[in-house]
Amino acid sequence: MDFDFSEDQKFLKNEARKFLDARCPVSVARSVLDDPGKSFDASLWKAVAEQGWLGAAIAEEHGGLGLGGVELCAIAEELGRALAPIPFASTVYFVAEALKLAGSDAQKAKWLPKIAAGEVIGCFATVERPGVLTEGGVQARVEGGLLNGAKVPVADGDIANLAVVLAKASGQACLFIVDLEGSGVTREILQTLDPTRSSAKLTFANTPAELLGEAGEGMALAEAVLNRAAVLLAFEQVGGADKALEMAKDYALNRYAFGRQIGSYQAIKHKLADIYIKNELARSNAYYGAWALDAGAAELPLAAAAARVSACDAFWFAAKENIQTHGGMGFTWGVDCHLYYRRAQQLGLVAGGAKAWKERLVTQLERRNAA
Amino acid sequence: MDFNDTPDEAAYRAEVRAWLATNAPKRTGRIDSGMEYPASMDDARAWQRKKADAGYACITWPKEWGGGGGASWQSVIFGQEEARFETPGNPFQIGLGMCVPTVMTVGNQADKERFVRPAARGDEIWCQLFSEPSGGSDVAAARTRAVRDGDEWVINGQKVWTSGAHYSDFGLLLTRTDPDVPKHKGMTMFWIDMKNPAVECRPIHQMSGASNFNEVYFTDLRVKDSQRVGGVGEGWRVSLVTLMNERLAIGGGAGGGHRTIFKLAQDISTLAGPATKDAALREKIADWYVQAEGLKYTRYRTQTALSRGQTPGPESSIGKVVSAALMQDMANTALELEDQFGIISDPDMAPLAASFQTAIMGAPGMRIAGGTDEILRNIIAERVLGLPQDVRLDKDVAFKDIPTGR
Repeated sequence: MDFDFSEDQKFLKNEARKFLDARCPVSVARSVLDDPGKSFDASLWKAVAEQGWLGAAIAEEHGGLGLGGVELCAIAEELGRALAPIPFASTVYFVAEALKLAGSDAQKAKWLPKIAAGEVIGCFATVERPGVLTEGGVQARVEGGLLNGAKVPVADGDIANLAVVLAKASGQACLFIVDLEGSGVTREILQTLDPTRSSAKLTFANTPAELLGEAGEGMALAEAVLNRAAVLLAFEQVGGADKALEMAKDYALNRYAFGRQIGSYQAIKHKLADIYIKNELARSNAYYGAWALDAGAAELPLAAAAARVSACDAFWFAAKENIQTHGGMGFTWGVDCHLYYRRAQQLGLVAGGAKAWKERLVTQLERRNAA
Repeated sequence: MDFNDTPDEAAYRAEVRAWLATNAPKRTGRIDSGMEYPASMDDARAWQRKKADAGYACITWPKEWGGGGGASWQSVIFGQEEARFETPGNPFQIGLGMCVPTVMTVGNQADKERFVRPAARGDEIWCQLFSEPSGGSDVAAARTRAVRDGDEWVINGQKVWTSGAHYSDFGLLLTRTDPDVPKHKGMTMFWIDMKNPAVECRPIHQMSGASNFNEVYFTDLRVKDSQRVGGVGEGWRVSLVTLMNERLAIGGGAGGGHRTIFKLAQDISTLAGPATKDAALREKIADWYVQAEGLKYTRYRTQTALSRGQTPGPESSIGKVVSAALMQDMANTALELEDQFGIISDPDMAPLAASFQTAIMGAPGMRIAGGTDEILRNIIAERVLGLPQDVRLDKDVAFKDIPTGR
């Protein structure tokens, strides 16, 4: 039994924390929030690329570090904790994973080295309307190698150079690689709940698109990408939830009411204990997801769903109860609580919400029970 | 991240499996659950003795005291493998998990030599006499009085919630020896002979119908001063040694409940169609699943720390508070699914042999025994998160002056 990060992985995680403590205090996310012209922190993005993190789980032949999925999970937890305002998830968890999963040798050779080097920002463009992603909801079309249609919302769509797009060709759902520097791409930046992670509407008019993976496999591939991203996002959520708990704890220790620390009242103690319980359950479920991701296990769909459901619950609960613990100051613009509250929603929705993931989880359970 | 055994673990597991295959009792179809009394005390003793002879009883204790001289990870692996067999109930758990380790840590040399080995072999059974009618969560409110009389102490009072008192040979007893000092300073610990006629056990009839606990009364019970475990006035400190392990020992299961609910739902219809397709139920099943799995993998994390020779992190403290509430919620939902039939608790008539009806009557006890939901949250808040204790009105007051409400 070895169900934890290894010593090497802990070292990597610790180095990542030190790096982000120095380079990405919460003021970095706040500077993106407060500046309407800023979609991400470009200097942090460059520094993260120099650390090699973008290519941590990309093979050495494609310019990466050739580490495993668990190492990427360790980095993800620290990025989540730091509320890093960079397009890491879109580029690494979605687009790089999609390329690794379904890309041809030529596609991998073309794009993965650029991702690893930080030269390309990726985005994953699937949904077009409110509600869970379904094949019937995909209106975007590719004919003769040209894409027409619109995708909204697309996380990091305003700053990406490269998109993986779900669209139909000859009536079949497929994934396509789209170079966003190509012709016919219109980007419209969206007003969202979490401006520290930007989103856009992408409109395509006869934009060149190249098939990724097999024709007709689009929905299955998108789900496979979502499963991998769900595990990695779960680590970001656990990191954010831990940080929200620390904030609540520090405040409860320093704030006095009725002559004593508010952290000495059981109403507050039990609330924080409940946050701790959810965080530890989410961490344990995320670890199992990390194992399934790294081992390429058949259990990944179930493990990913469990990791996501648990992590969405934990970060949401920690973020909202952190505000509650802070009282009136908690819902002011100047105190940082709302940055975690916003990020909890962003991470909780970006790969599809918990409700749909619960249904996926139970479907997987039924399959397993029937087998 | 790897679920496989290390080479050392694999070798030990193979050794244990081989031994169990030869020595573990054959299946009888009789099931003893953790909190029930063993169906046969003779079977339980025989099994414990067999384990002790092979070094598998009290695996982490030194060999000189009748233990196995092994490591914590070996104990975990043995427990996993033993659970695959239908072994007799374990009436030794409280003695070996809490009382006797206290004697080993705090007791005098003569007591260690007298008690440790027979307990490890299952020859003698211990119970823990801490909780009282005046103090369940507040163990330090104990009022059972011990008064010195020469070389002896005279004990009067009552304990409650004592598992196994009626079949125990010895008990670890927390008493009040000085009511004129603050509560935590005036207590003293003794070991007592449970067969003494001055000790009377009465079973407690629980709401579930079962009787897993006792009330124990002491009427002029005389014990020698040499039966003292630790110093006069040191009883609270000694009790903390005992309690350290209790909350880890109780609860933690509740895995697999989602499977049982599925099984139930397959045969049941709701107004919206088959229960298995009921969206609200499916969402609940997902929530329960991530809690039960989260607990399972949290135990794996604890096991990993032991396996690496490290002290487990505080995450193991979440087990019972999650599993007890989970059990109650699942049982209630199952009864709702059964609808009017849910009221029937006859195992011959109720679905799944009335397992959810049994669970719903057992769940309130699970949320209270071994630390209530509320006390466990206090412990997480104080010991894990470092939040301050609640304001205490009883700390610097003589015990006799503390308000009791009656």
